[in-house]
Order: sequence, then structure tokens, then C-alpha cells
Amino acid sequence: MKRLFMFLPLVVAVAIGIFLFTGLGKDPTELESALIGKPVPEFSLQALDDPDQTLGTSVLKGQVSLLNVWAEWCPSCWDEHEYLMHLANDKGVRIVGLNYKDTREKAFSFLNRLGNPYETIIFDPQGSLGFDLGVYGAPETYVIDAEGVVRFRHVGVVNQRVWEEELLPIINQAKGNS
Amino acid sequence: MYPELGQLALILALLLAVLLSVVPLAGALTGRDSLQAFARPLASGMFVFTGLAFAILTHAFLVDDFSVAYVANNSNSLLPWYYKFSAVWGGHEGSLLLWILMLAGWTLAVAVFSRKLPPVMVSQVLSVLGMIAVGFFLFIIVTSNPFDRLLPNIPADGQDLNPLLQDIGLIIHPPMLYMGYVGFSVAFAFAIAALINGRLDAAWARWSRPWTTVAWSFLTIGIALGSWWAYYELGWGGWWFWDPVENASLLPWLSGTALIHSLAVTEKRGVFKSWTVLLAIVTFALSLLGTFLVRSGVLTSVHAFASDPERGSFLLMLLGITVVASLALYAFRAPVVHVRSRYGSLSREIFLLLNNVLLVSATALVALGTLYPLVLDYLDMGKLSIGEPFFNATFSPLAVAAGLLLGAGIFSRWKKTDGGWLARKLLWPLALSILITAAVMIGYGGFAPWAFAGIFASVWVTVATFWDLWDKSASRQGRLYGLKRQTRSYWGMVLGHLGVAMVMAGATVVSNYGIERDVRMVPGDSAMVGDYEIVFRDIGQRRGANFTAEYGSFDVFLDGEKVSELHPEKRNYTVGMSMMTEADIDAGLFRDVFVAIGERISDEAWAIRLQYKPLIRWLWLGSLVMAIGGFLAISDKRYRIRLRKEEKVEAHSAQAGGKPAEAAS
Amino acid sequence: MRFFAVVLACVFWFSGPAQAEVKEVYDFDTRAEEQRYQQLIAELRCPKCQNQNIADSNAPISKDMRDQVYRMMKNDASNDEIVNALVLRFGEFVQYKPPVDRRTILLWAFPAIAVIGGFLVVAGVVWRSRKRSQDEPELSEHDKTRAERMLSGQDDQTDR
Repeated sequence: MKRLFMFLPLVVAVAIGIFLFTGLGKDPTELESALIGKPVPEFSLQALDDPDQTLGTSVLKGQVSLLNVWAEWCPSCWDEHEYLMHLANDKGVRIVGLNYKDTREKAFSFLNRLGNPYETIIFDPQGSLGFDLGVYGAPETYVIDAEGVVRFRHVGVVNQRVWEEELLPIINQAKGNS
Repeated sequence: MYPELGQLALILALLLAVLLSVVPLAGALTGRDSLQAFARPLASGMFVFTGLAFAILTHAFLVDDFSVAYVANNSNSLLPWYYKFSAVWGGHEGSLLLWILMLAGWTLAVAVFSRKLPPVMVSQVLSVLGMIAVGFFLFIIVTSNPFDRLLPNIPADGQDLNPLLQDIGLIIHPPMLYMGYVGFSVAFAFAIAALINGRLDAAWARWSRPWTTVAWSFLTIGIALGSWWAYYELGWGGWWFWDPVENASLLPWLSGTALIHSLAVTEKRGVFKSWTVLLAIVTFALSLLGTFLVRSGVLTSVHAFASDPERGSFLLMLLGITVVASLALYAFRAPVVHVRSRYGSLSREIFLLLNNVLLVSATALVALGTLYPLVLDYLDMGKLSIGEPFFNATFSPLAVAAGLLLGAGIFSRWKKTDGGWLARKLLWPLALSILITAAVMIGYGGFAPWAFAGIFASVWVTVATFWDLWDKSASRQGRLYGLKRQTRSYWGMVLGHLGVAMVMAGATVVSNYGIERDVRMVPGDSAMVGDYEIVFRDIGQRRGANFTAEYGSFDVFLDGEKVSELHPEKRNYTVGMSMMTEADIDAGLFRDVFVAIGERISDEAWAIRLQYKPLIRWLWLGSLVMAIGGFLAISDKRYRIRLRKEEKVEAHSAQAGGKPAEAAS
Repeated sequence: MRFFAVVLACVFWFSGPAQAEVKEVYDFDTRAEEQRYQQLIAELRCPKCQNQNIADSNAPISKDMRDQVYRMMKNDASNDEIVNALVLRFGEFVQYKPPVDRRTILLWAFPAIAVIGGFLVVAGVVWRSRKRSQDEPELSEHDKTRAERMLSGQDDQTDR
């Protein structure tokens, strides 16, 4: 009986080892959004191309869409933009842009150079909507369903792998429900 | 050409390590002296080749050989030579080479200094050390080769050492730390050897003890250096963040402290043997765990080295094999039969056992807090952060309890202590401690419950230690004689305990009575921090070896009198284009005044960080005192008298046998 | 997977301890308020950094979070309310003090469990030691006398 106690440290060590093994390769800084399952927070911001037009959460309702947080100063946003163009033009995905902590001039120069995949662009120079969404670093892409509820958030560049493995399944799920 | 030689040296060292793991052990198990005799030469050879590899890498740094990838990534031609030297261990591959060099060094030391041990034991110990070395040599050669070349496109210059590492802290902190981590492998090897040959007794404990204590002392210094370095280098005045990498160094320290106390009991009374062996294995396992955590990327930390999952899995495998094999050996072969010894409920053995309970609980607590987020994430229960608020709330009570126990335990006797006698003995020290604590708290201005607990524990340990010293040094030939009569082992214990009291005092006072302020200042402004008035004189420019800097001038006043001038700066390192804040500190035995320059808020105004840190130096001075205590304890006569006695016996028997007396070794 | 590893390696290779620099100064009415602010920002985690609190982090998001803390303090929010507002947006990750709930009860209770458990083990050790010596047979009178004789140096050769 006493001998069995002697095996306890071994058992504990193996358990710890298993947990450490599962941790390998995971990115500990990748955070899931705190808003999953919750509606997009209320906001009242100008549209990028029309200062007189005010946008609110209604712009994200009606159909399943992607909300892409981007900025001219963000290097990875330049990388992913081509794929976003592909998604919007070839796959017909509705993408709403959130221009985060930028100036209008910079934003326009970016779009003029790389193209505009966005149906609408929310202009958020102070980053207030970004803050309320829990954005901590551009680029980030949210999947919003037809009711304006956040379904998923991806931090980082959107490319084919991310689209096929992460975003598309969620979009299909969201479409299936509504 | 040389880097290839370096690689060859490593491979040769690996081969020798393989031989070292197998040959002497085979000799020990089959009783063949000829095989066992290989142990020392193999250990020497392993050290020589490892040293050669290290020397070659160092040479590559000093001559700016940027064809070696590691040199190109961590050095630069403009770097001062002493930083080029310490850059050798500034990155993952080189620091691993340092680790292995230390392991080879400790192995050689065991081979050299263990002539009075039974050769069978020495063979086994060295073989175990050889096995560990094999694992690490494989790791370094297969995944982390410091000698990889960048041919044919040799860069014109290197990427420079991270400016934060261009500091004396980098020169000494890692070597001290590694001496500690690696040093615990010796205690581990002794434990494994004892399990293999079944000879687990007080003698084993006596042999293990000095090695363990030295490793512990180095680790103490290493951790203290890390804390001190972070304090003055990182600009926020913090000295401990409960960051996973910091915790990784604290785990073997806590466990190692339990181990040195447990070894004391096993050596003196021959009890708790199984427990001590387990602690020895666990302490080294924690060292390895630390090595893994820092390099695998499993936990987020500011201190983490470059990491990738491939290296992480190799290290985990290494860690896994070592820990599983040793704990399995323990499970099967550790003695379960109790020694027929009796000890009273207030005996020294029990006090030390309780000390172990607290230290091991603290170890488990820190480990749990560090790994818990990983576990929860795995179980899909969310991503939690566990940081300072948690550890402060849970660790402090354990530390205070340990202090209280220490004070009482100093007076305890082996085998049996009479409860009434002990209570009476503690009465006056208790009263004195309460008085002193009250005085200290009034002096610092205010009562806070945790401040009281921490200061009281610290004072209690100090008073009890001196009280006991007073008792023991009573002698008819006078006090001085009584003091000189105490063994070095005893003095080591005294310093060790005083050191820990100082650390507790420093930690408590600075946490409770320290002040931090961020203020807006233009030249000419003054601000108060505590009782000190800081006046911002002006800010100018200056040039350094590989940087340019904004150079601020501040005057520090206390009660109207100027106490010091401080010159914090903001440096711009030309190569890496990175910016660094260098705080300036008016350091004192009883307080630090800390000033750092932040961002420029407007044309004239700057954001300035001011801090008042009472007793903060005691944290590191206390650690130094602890380490000195450790070194003192192992220089005790009983580790030397043995040798003289043996020589006498040998000479005597040689004369009696008519052979010429053997030369003193 | 390989790609991910390479990316990670590139992102992290220049790792090292990170520096803190004061970026802005807020105005407070009292020293106590100032201390409260310092304490709050020390206990909140930067969501993007390599384990830093928002007090010491230079990241833009940390600045935004500090702004939020200050603004809410000025609006007389309690510490709990401030922390919750940030947790709502960024998740529990940003709290350095883990919440006390079903998942973490083991964590918070651990010190008490460990110490009490340890004390019980030690009590068991003492009890067993006491019991063992009670069970040990007393010396017989004959043996006692023999022992006394031997100890006093008298050698009685007739006794075996």
C-alpha cells in the first residue's frame, strides 16, 4: 500500500507533461473575443467616404458579413488586402470595413492603391468602436450574423487557409441559423 | 574554419558523454574496477572538449566572425568587447552551450573532489551526470547548433545585441543562475546513484549536502541578480513580476531550500530518507522544467528566448525521459520501511519537516499558478491570467508562516523538545520582536496588517537567531571565545537565516511603504515623492559608445538639504534603431530614490517617473548574505577533518604494515 | 505548421525584457487617487504584449486602456466596475487576478489545502513514531541487569 504512494510523484509528473505537450505550438497570445455570442456594441460613427453619413449597428444587420478592422499604418493589412479583394469580388462575400485610428487621407491612399473590397467603411479615427469590440491589434476580422451578433473573431491576416478552415464554417453556420 | 572545429568539439564531447554514461555504470554494476576507473578521465575529456567549443564560440564573437549565424544575430562590430563576450550567452544557442559547459564543469568537480567517497558511488554519480549531458549535447547538436554558418552571404555587420542586454547584469546573471540550475544535477545524480545501489543512509546525505548547498547558493545569487537587474534596467522600478520565467527560477530555489533542510535531518538522524531523495529528484526536475519553459514558447513571457515548437518538443522529450525514468526508479526502489526512530512532536526533526511542508506547498503553489492557465486553456475553460495579485495574496502567508516557524524552530532540540520549556524560552524574544516591529511600523508611518505580519516575521527570525547565538556562545572563557568556538556550519546557518529575514523585511517594507508617481515636469519644476523633493534642472544631449542620448539632470532634496544629483537618460541605439530609458537611482542602504524619463509631452514638458523605495536593497543584500551563509557552511571543518583523519589512518596502517606511508592527497 | 513555427520564430527572435516608459501623465485630486490609479493599471494585463501590465506596456492598446481607467475613475466608477468594463471587451485575460469561480476554486484554496494536508501528514508521522515506541517491548529484568553491568564496565564472562 505504501509502495503505491511512491508512484504518486510519477503520476503527477506525467500529467504535467501531458499539459505541457498540448501547449506546444499553440500561440498563447491568441485571444478569443469576449463578445462572441453578444451583439456588436452600439456606435455612431461617420462613413469613411461621406462625413455626413452616420453609421450604426444597422449597417451590420440584414445578412451575414465580415467586419474587417484595418489601417494604412498596419503592415499586415497590406498583405491581406489582396485576398479580401478576392473574397469580395469573386466569392461575393459582404465585407464591412472598420478603418481604425487612421486619417481619411491615409485611408483613401491605401484604397486607391490596393482596391476597395468593402461595401461600407466605418471611420473610427479615435478607435472607440475598436476599443468596445476589444480590438487589440490590426488586422482583425469578425464574422457578424444577420442579427448583428458577433460569431467569431480572427486576429491576424486573412488568407486562404484562414478563410477555408476558420471563417467559412462559421459563416455557413450563421447562415444556416437565420 | 574554427566554427567547424567547434562543432567537432561538441560531437567529441557527446561521444565522451555517451561513454561516461555507460562504462563506469557498467563497472559499478558488475564490480569491475577497471571500467570504473574510466570515470574521471572521461569526465575530464568531456569538460575539455566542451570548454574548447565554448572558447571557439567566444573567439568568433570577439573577432566579429559574422559568418557564424549566431554571432551575426547577437553581436555587432560597434559593441564594446565585454558585451561581445557576454553576448555569447545572450541568445538561445549560446546560453545552452553555457549550460552544458557548466554541467561538464560540475561533473569534473565531482570527479576531482570525491576521492574519499566509495568508488562505486562515484562511478554511478558520474554516469548519471553523463546521461544528462548526452541529452543536452544531442539537443544542442540536433536543434540548436551555435556554429551554424551563413555562407556564402556573410553579412557586413551583425544585428547587435538587444540594448537591454548590454549591461553588467547580462554578464553575471545567467552564469550564476546556470551554476545553480545545473548544480542541482549533482544532488540528483547522488539520489539516483543511491536508488540504484540501494545504499541510502546518513553517509549519502553527508556527501550530497555540500554539493547541494553550493548549487543553492549560486541559484540564490542568480535570482537576486535577475531581480536587481530588472529593477534598474527596465525603468519601472519593479523587482519581481511573477512572470513564468521568473517563477521557473523560483521553483527549484524553493524546492532546493527544502532539500538542504531535509538533508540536514537525514544526515544528522538518518530519517526522512525517501523524502529527501524525492526532493533531490524534484528539484532538478524543476530546473529542467525551467529550461523548457523559457525556450518552448508554451507560456508567454517577456524573458522568453527565441522559441519554436520543434525545440520545445525535443526539450520536453528530454525532460520527460529524465523525470519519468528517475521517478519510476524512485517508485520501485525507494525505501518504504521506517527507521525505528522516535521523535517528539516539538523535536527539531518535526520543525524541519514542517518547514518542508511550507516550502513544498509554496513550490506547488507557484507551479500551479504558473501552469494553471495552460491547463484551463487545454480544457477549453477559457484564457485566464494569473499574476501578481494572486501570488501576493497566496504566497505571502506561506512566507510569513515559514518565518514564524523558523524563529521557534531555532530553539528546538533534536529528538525531543519540552513544550513548556520551549514556550518559556520564546516569551522574551516574542516580546522584544513585537516591540521592534511596532517601532519599525511607526517609523515608516502607518499600520497595515500585511506589513505587520511581514515585518514581524522578519524581526522574529532575527531576534531568535541572535538570541540563540547568545545562548550558544556563553562560555567560561568569555564571549569572544564562545563565538569563535561555533562551527562554520552554525555560522552558515545563522547567515542563511539572517539573510532570509532581510529579504522578507525588504519585500514587506518596499511593497507597503514604497511610493510611485508619474508626474509632468518642465525644467525648473519640483515634485514630492515621499519625504523627498525632486527638482528637474534641465535636459541636454550626450553621446555614448554606440548610442546618442537625451540626458536629464535632477536634484534630490531631503528636508531642504540636497542629497544627490541624478541623470536619467533616454538612449537611441544607432544600430538597432531602438530606444531605451536608463533610470538613475540614488541608492542607499535604507532607501532608493528612482527617477526615469518618459515621453516628451509637449515642447518643454516631460513625463517623469519618480519612485521612493524603502529597504529595497535589503532584498539583494539579504540574498547575498544567504549565499555567503551557504558557502560558509560547506567550508565547515567536518568536510576537511575527514581528509586529515583518513591520512592519519593511512599513514598509521602503512607504517604498521611496513609499507611506505602514502603521500597526502 | 512549419510556416507557423517560422513566423513565431521571426516574431519572437528579438525577444528580451521589455522596457517601460511613462507616456502620459494624468491629473488626480488626491495622492490616494493617484495610488489607486497606479494599482489598477498594475493589475490589468496588456492583451497584446508578452506578459506585461498596462502600466509598463508601450503598446497603443495599453494606452487606450489606461485612458479608459482614468476616464472611469473620474466618473466615480469603483475598481470592480472599471475592471469589468475592460473584461467585457477584452476577456478575462486582461485581469491578473483570476476570478474566484468553479474553475479556480482549486487554485485559490490550494495553499490552505496543501498546508493543512501537510500538517496532517506530519501529525501522522509524530503519532506513528509515538505508537512505535509504545509497541517496543520493554527490556526484561534479566536483560536490564546485564545491560547495566556491561555499561558499567564489569565484564561478566559467564553470561552469554
